[in-house]
Amino acid sequence: MADLRIKIGPLEFRNPVILASGTCGYGAELEDFMDLSRLGGIVVKGTTLEPREGNPYPRMAETASGMLNAVGLQNKGIDYFEKNIYPHLAEYDTHVIVNVNGNTIEDYVELSRRLDMLAAIPAIELNISCPNVKKGGMIFGTNPASAREVISAVRRVYHKTLIVKLSPNVTDIVEFARISEEEGAESVSLVNTLLGMAIDPRTMKPRLSTITGGLSGPAIKPVALRMVWQVAKAVKIPVIGMGGIMNADDALEFLMAGATAVQVGTASFIEPRAGTEVVKGIERFLVEKDFDSVSRITGIINRN
Amino acid sequence: MKKRIEDLTVIENRQLAESFFVIKLSSSDGLPELEPGQFVQALVTESPATFLRRPLSVHDVNLKEGTLSLLVQIAGPGTERLSKLTAGEKLNLVYPLGNSFTLPAPGEKVLLTGGGCGMAPLLYLGRKISESGIQPHFALGFRNRSRILPHDEFRSLGPVYLSTEDGSEGTRGFVTDIPAFRDQHWDRVYCCGPEPMMKAVAALCRKREIFCEVSLENLMACGLGICLCCVVPTTSGNLCSCTDGPVFNVNDLKWQTSG
Repeated sequence: MADLRIKIGPLEFRNPVILASGTCGYGAELEDFMDLSRLGGIVVKGTTLEPREGNPYPRMAETASGMLNAVGLQNKGIDYFEKNIYPHLAEYDTHVIVNVNGNTIEDYVELSRRLDMLAAIPAIELNISCPNVKKGGMIFGTNPASAREVISAVRRVYHKTLIVKLSPNVTDIVEFARISEEEGAESVSLVNTLLGMAIDPRTMKPRLSTITGGLSGPAIKPVALRMVWQVAKAVKIPVIGMGGIMNADDALEFLMAGATAVQVGTASFIEPRAGTEVVKGIERFLVEKDFDSVSRITGIINRN
Repeated sequence: MKKRIEDLTVIENRQLAESFFVIKLSSSDGLPELEPGQFVQALVTESPATFLRRPLSVHDVNLKEGTLSLLVQIAGPGTERLSKLTAGEKLNLVYPLGNSFTLPAPGEKVLLTGGGCGMAPLLYLGRKISESGIQPHFALGFRNRSRILPHDEFRSLGPVYLSTEDGSEGTRGFVTDIPAFRDQHWDRVYCCGPEPMMKAVAALCRKREIFCEVSLENLMACGLGICLCCVVPTTSGNLCSCTDGPVFNVNDLKWQTSG
């Protein structure tokens, strides 16, 4: 047995594997395939103050070793969430984190304030990196001054564990990680999707209604891993790594690059048990290699 | 019905016509209950260009044999690989997924209409309707005589009316031009086919106030309602065609605004 527990701020997780926002619904959708209590946590669908219909169809395009999406934060809003979804989430024996979005700083603040009051939500993931909305999202996460402003404002009203989800669509992601740390976030999660596009040469039209969308899957893994490694060396707060993790080996790479925890995302679309399979694989690796705890391999490549 | 992920065994892979195949699968755990209209997500292996699973309608179920059949049309490298599966190979499925067609009430007259790969869910639907004591009628549309798919199994369940766009077989035009469709009384019409066909069928049914359900084939990633990619605009907002569908009553769809 190896100790798989990790800590993000004051919050202890059973293991370092968390399902990524937008790829696990509200958890219930995957319960036929896995026991959610075997996971470190889940980050439920991106939530906004008001209900949103998202972008028009088509919102998805399969690409080489990955996919583009342009969902655009379709969700029923915080009122519906509190009333109809939260009571079920409160019964899960795993950490449920809510991914927080808004058009304006005021939106982010108000939503964070509302979530601060929900006892069964121990953390939020501040999404300043959604590439598929016209307002908010990545606009905050690609401008250092705006990023600082929104993180600082949310920090003032949110008293539990604050994770900032960073965009890879910047010249220097380390700068945004440092800003998050300076403004008091307990953690940063990275990377959100990479901005991309695809055209169908036969119809001579873009494959997505929005023309551009976010690329995820194994195609982005080397880029994501590099960014996690850069950020983990530069900040003291724990880093949650993600981007194209399909199996335990992929997750181990992120941990070895310096991530304290990982998120499994797009993999769940192809293998709905991906999250728990990654947990098992990490544990198997630690036992085989005689590591008594997962913390032994965190950032192991940086230690010499 | 609880969803599962399972390696099924290919019993046979039969070529139906050029680029159309019927893959028959058996489950060592015993098949779950499968409703007409439901679909599976098939994992494609050994095809580097294929990243996502491929959604395929339940084409037929044989409870006595314990087999499930899928109709596959080659549309790219993923379905091409599936078309090459041979007996004894495994095919990993996530299933059963989606909702199902609403079965008719006793005594109702029902027409099942579709074309090409859209015929996939209609065979099992026809079989279920037939088992309930109602004879299903089929209206099948094709581009021309050479594109007509074998449909003996449909014929064994009820009358089959054909249309071809060039008139080389059956009624010239589309399924909506078939006299039996236009002139006879129908209580329910079920349709699966290319979008223009479904829209034409829906328009005709709306005009004649016939109950009409269509099965949509939107692009999908997960099939589980977690990616929100396969949405269709409805009177209740954007709904996932994988979990709220793939079967929709045409009165709930906002096709006129989705183009």
